[in-house]
Amino acid sequence: MRARPDLIEHLPRLRRYARALTGDVTRADDLVQDTLERALAKLDLWQPGSNLRAWLFTLMHNIFVNQLRANRPQETALDEALEIPVSGGQMEALTARDMHTALARLPEEQREVILLVGLEQFGYAEAAEVLGVPVGTVMSRLSRARERMRHLLAGEPAVLLKVVK
Amino acid sequence: MTDTVREDELHAYVDGALSDARRLEIEAWLAAHPADAARVQAWASQNQSLHAAFDAVLNEPLPIGLVRSARRQPVRMPFFRAVAATLALVASGLVGYGVGQVEQQPTAAPLHFARDAAIAHVVFSPEVRHPVEVDAAHADHLVSWLSKRVGTQLEAPDFSALGFELLGGRLLSGESGPVAQFMYQDAIERRVTLYVRRAAAGNRETAFHHVTENGVDVFYWIDRDFGYALSGEIAHRDMQKLADAAYAQMVAPAGATRSPRR
Repeated sequence: MRARPDLIEHLPRLRRYARALTGDVTRADDLVQDTLERALAKLDLWQPGSNLRAWLFTLMHNIFVNQLRANRPQETALDEALEIPVSGGQMEALTARDMHTALARLPEEQREVILLVGLEQFGYAEAAEVLGVPVGTVMSRLSRARERMRHLLAGEPAVLLKVVK
Repeated sequence: MTDTVREDELHAYVDGALSDARRLEIEAWLAAHPADAARVQAWASQNQSLHAAFDAVLNEPLPIGLVRSARRQPVRMPFFRAVAATLALVASGLVGYGVGQVEQQPTAAPLHFARDAAIAHVVFSPEVRHPVEVDAAHADHLVSWLSKRVGTQLEAPDFSALGFELLGGRLLSGESGPVAQFMYQDAIERRVTLYVRRAAAGNRETAFHHVTENGVDVFYWIDRDFGYALSGEIAHRDMQKLADAAYAQMVAPAGATRSPRR
């Protein structure tokens, strides 16, 4: 039997990412649980020596996307764009709550990118690998996510947001 | 100074993904282009805000269900090996111990306990910034807080004679309820943790056990309703001294009428 990698050390970051991605403690931990189960089932497919963390995030991404497809056929972007933006204004005074609200208003694909890069500090190529898209796609999603976030956090009119997508 | 800057490079600047040379050029560009500088500033502030909003998750107690899933063995072999190890390594002479007694014990539950303790040790003892939720400066508060949550009057054993000072403690969520973890550190920053939880109903008193879980030495014992496990990755001899001290301090006074050596 070959040496088995330790998944424990990755739990805190998987939980952090899942929490930010779903905005919900229970949903997040369920997502981590599903990820662990899939990881253990597929551990033979993981290449020892390759990036285990990126592999785990890839599994989590796939599960997250499948769950979205299953649970929520088509809504998100447009409806969310029409919502009232986060109140307030000054970047300095941002609270965790503002971040939660703003993240929830990003389309999932943008939310994933801004979190993988800005919070989890994956390199662009790694983020592309996790999401299964070209690096160019990561960059364009990142750009849109950050600009949209900037408008949301600045409390600018929601109408502007419809430019995106 | 550079002529053009691509949007990607502004992001790479924020994310620290540029070469030093290019970073300096971008800085010069930003100095001359306030609109870009404002965007870059906003993006960097988003990164900071994301950390401010979510980094606390890193220090939350890990739900024991997740920890167990992460440790689940696809092959059951290591579990049986651990059982064998426990039977073989029953604390040598520290406490009188009847092997006949252990064979009647439901071995799996205490082993789960030892494993959970080892996992909690591995997860929290390397923490540099927040190894504990409550530091030792508030030791009284810590002990009463953990006592209240765990449901018994706890005492943090004193290991100062052995060079280990109380660093603090945290509350973890175990399957059967709250678990207290006390953390100690010596002068060269070696850490040991003491894990205390209410034992599952029906557990008989068990004497001193020792097991090694993935390189972590765990000495554990169950005294009446509570289970204690001392975990560390230091010299085995030192662990034994600490465990002996903890056992003597925590069990002996309460169990004065009932000597563990029988």
